[in-house]
Amino acid sequence: METILNIIKKEFLQFRRDPKMFGIILVSPIIQLIFLGYAANFDVNIVHTTVYDMDRSEESRNLLNTFESSGYFSFDNYVNNYEDLQEDLETGETIVGIVIPNDYGDKINKRQPVKIQAIFDGSDGNTTSVAAGYVNAIIIEYSQKIFLEVQRKTGKKILSVNPLEAETRVWYNPELKTRNFMVPGIVGLLLMMITLILTSLAVVKEKEIGTLEQLIVTPIKSYQLIIGKLVPFAILGFVSVVIVLGAMTIIFNIHVRGSYFFLFVSSFIYILSTLGLGLFVSTISKTQQQAMMLAIFIVMLPMVYLSGFVFPIENMPKIIQIITYIIPLKYFMIIIRGIILKGIGFAELWQDGLILLLMGMIILYLSSLRFSKRLE
Amino acid sequence: MYSIEVNNLTKKFGKFISVNNISFKVKEGEIFGFLGANGAGKSTTIRMLCGILAPTSGDAIVGGYSVLKHPDEVKLNIGYMSQRFSLYNDLTVEENINFFAGVYGLKGKLLDDRKKWVLKIANLNNKENLLTGSLPGGIKQRLALGTAVIHKPKIVFLDEPTSGVDPISRRGFWELINDLSESGTTVFVTTHYLEEAEFCNNIILIDAGKLIAEGNPKDLKTNYLLNDIIEVECDNAVKAMELLEKENFVEETSIFGNNLHLIVNNFYKDKTQIKLLLSDKNNIRVNRVDKIVPTLEDVFIHLLDNKTND
Repeated sequence: METILNIIKKEFLQFRRDPKMFGIILVSPIIQLIFLGYAANFDVNIVHTTVYDMDRSEESRNLLNTFESSGYFSFDNYVNNYEDLQEDLETGETIVGIVIPNDYGDKINKRQPVKIQAIFDGSDGNTTSVAAGYVNAIIIEYSQKIFLEVQRKTGKKILSVNPLEAETRVWYNPELKTRNFMVPGIVGLLLMMITLILTSLAVVKEKEIGTLEQLIVTPIKSYQLIIGKLVPFAILGFVSVVIVLGAMTIIFNIHVRGSYFFLFVSSFIYILSTLGLGLFVSTISKTQQQAMMLAIFIVMLPMVYLSGFVFPIENMPKIIQIITYIIPLKYFMIIIRGIILKGIGFAELWQDGLILLLMGMIILYLSSLRFSKRLE
Repeated sequence: MYSIEVNNLTKKFGKFISVNNISFKVKEGEIFGFLGANGAGKSTTIRMLCGILAPTSGDAIVGGYSVLKHPDEVKLNIGYMSQRFSLYNDLTVEENINFFAGVYGLKGKLLDDRKKWVLKIANLNNKENLLTGSLPGGIKQRLALGTAVIHKPKIVFLDEPTSGVDPISRRGFWELINDLSESGTTVFVTTHYLEEAEFCNNIILIDAGKLIAEGNPKDLKTNYLLNDIIEVECDNAVKAMELLEKENFVEETSIFGNNLHLIVNNFYKDKTQIKLLLSDKNNIRVNRVDKIVPTLEDVFIHLLDNKTND
């Protein structure tokens, strides 16, 4: 025990001498939070639009007003031909062109069906489908308004276009903000960065400068060395989690709905895997550069892609979905989002927690075994 | 009394035999030189003696404990310092001393006494708050030795401790080694500097995992090299060497700086033979021809050359 404390103390003394370390621990959580909270945004707030109104009637102006007053559309350009419309879409100045035919007003007044055209730049599929959804919603609402008006004026019963309507309620993230989805995930990401990358670097650094060789000939046992080396990074990881949670509340006003206790317990369970993987990376790397590369490209990126942090696992092909079962971060994402956004706890999440715990113990055990062997 | 007894020690890595059945004994308190070319098996042997690497067969008793059965006790009783500087550069002198003292469980008065001793031998009195990385190489090396023996081990292993250190610091370092040995610590040292090997009480030489010579420096020179050594100082030493190699009175040749060393046999009568060949026949100016006492280098080159000729 004394030996382990001695090693932990040494690690912290070394942190103190390394200002970069403080940057990683204290500043990077905030920067990541701000980047991912503001920049990683799939929300479509403003649809930049080009208008080609061939009709220029009172009716067409009414329709366009409805679009603009919805608050989602900004009419950046008015054009008089298709060439100009096309140019706007090509340069990316706007992402949708609304074309109103020249007989629009006439047909509305004659109570005849009329079609308006919406042309989208589909290169960003996500934004496009959201924008198309807005356009549809507005058109449906507007045409219902016309029906009702006609009905009121003529007293005639006209079958509504959509007799059935689903009333949608979105729970947990009612504004459907990407931020609310991404920010809790950052906890998982940061814990991984600190425990995985920093651990492997710290171990390989000792290998590089030769102090590991020195430690091996001392009576220090390999389990003491492993614990002494891992505990400081677990502590740093928790410090940065606290920072992220605080910043999340202050900057983005996202509150933890579930229990903090369960959040920290599951974070601890999660870092068993990441510390283990960090140790593993250190056993297969000779230099710090190698460790960095391996940690990022072999471990971190696949974990990020396959964890559901950015891309929903349900949308992945079956075979990839199967691979995600061995990604510890996947389970942690479910847990952390559950606790922070849904306020659920042990009763709902124990299965994910158990899988994570077993996975962590296996990874850590195998890595420690490999590490001890390598010391010879 | 022996502090290290090595019996038929062997280490194989797959089919490769790194250390091949070597046996030797190291007396308590002596400076024991362990020599051999790179890749001869020195590091593997040291690792086995330190209890890090288990031998394939054979055993060694180090400080009274078998490396095979009690490697942990062996580790408690030895100090180790490698050619690479192995303290933490980003810790201060005192933090390094405290850490390694802590590893061996030193505390209280004992820790204070030993810390003072280490600072004294490293010439770092009142400089314990300096960052270790900022120290000059020679001082670092002394500090590393001090920390390696902070727990007063019975035996200390030094693996090429002076490589990359300037000649003045090297001499100072060897004085330190002498002091350690006089105070009763057994010093087991490997080096590539053969003039350093002359300071050792006893030496063994290994090649390709096998022990090929042992004894004190004086015995080595007389027992392993029976022929005379002639030193020739002349122009164009390379050309001269090529010519002399063909003579029947010359067994071996080697170049030492600007000079040639010849190992000669009974056909060698006197220096006129050499002068006749070089200056008269080939117009190479000969300044000096002397019979010399062989150096350890002569002996080892002779031994290793014979090995390769076999």
